[in-house]
Amino acid sequence: METPREAGARLPRTVRIQTADFDLGAEVAVLRAGDHGIGAVASFIGTVRDRNDGAAVAGMTLEHYPGMTEKAIDAMVDAAAARFPLLGVTVVHRVGPLAPGDQVVLVAVASAHRGAAFQACEFLMDYLKTQAPFWKKEQTPQGGRWVDARVSDDAALARWGIAAGNADGPAAGEPAADGGPGASSAPV
Amino acid sequence: MRYFAALREALGDGEEVELPEGSDLAALRDRLIASSPRHAEALARGRALRCALDQVLVRESAQPGDGAEVAFFPPVTGG
Repeated sequence: METPREAGARLPRTVRIQTADFDLGAEVAVLRAGDHGIGAVASFIGTVRDRNDGAAVAGMTLEHYPGMTEKAIDAMVDAAAARFPLLGVTVVHRVGPLAPGDQVVLVAVASAHRGAAFQACEFLMDYLKTQAPFWKKEQTPQGGRWVDARVSDDAALARWGIAAGNADGPAAGEPAADGGPGASSAPV
Repeated sequence: MRYFAALREALGDGEEVELPEGSDLAALRDRLIASSPRHAEALARGRALRCALDQVLVRESAQPGDGAEVAFFPPVTGG
């Protein structure tokens, strides 16, 4: 029975923000390389849909906060490593212009057994959707529009006992400093 | 000060702001709101915004130190 990694031991990880596409097979090969204690790899790839919220989407542009993005993803990998017995994590997120069908994000997780790999992969995506500083702007027939955050993404993170406070921002006129759900600090 | 996404489009990449010692990010937001109609619109209290201090998500009660990097931005939508 494995236990989550000891505090202080840093989980091996690959974290990249890039405009270029990525290759799942190549990324998993790097993730697995040299560690025969790995018995399970779970991966998730997010791709660009051609429709969103009732409008045709011709493409999108992803913006991020260089520096903070890497810190936020590093912190989320640490959070996953504290919860699950992991052997390695790869997170690749693209930025810049993307077209329908393009790959956006890869999360791949290695563990001894499948349970931790499946769960950690989902945990990492739930965390990334609400805590990493990326923003999507879609091109639609009506022009460009910034994608709204979804309360359902906050609910997904809440399943892990973490208050995301991303989409459910402060009510009109209420300062976030008052400690409403939108003011929750991120678990960093 | 740095802005991202819709805030960047409205206000530019960022700006330098001098704050009285002990001010928190809520006070900074209020000061920016008072600085121009564009700021008042983009940073209006009715808008759900998130903030970061030195590249870490924080509440608006966080107090920036000397030379701190503060950012305001909309809720995030990556993935």
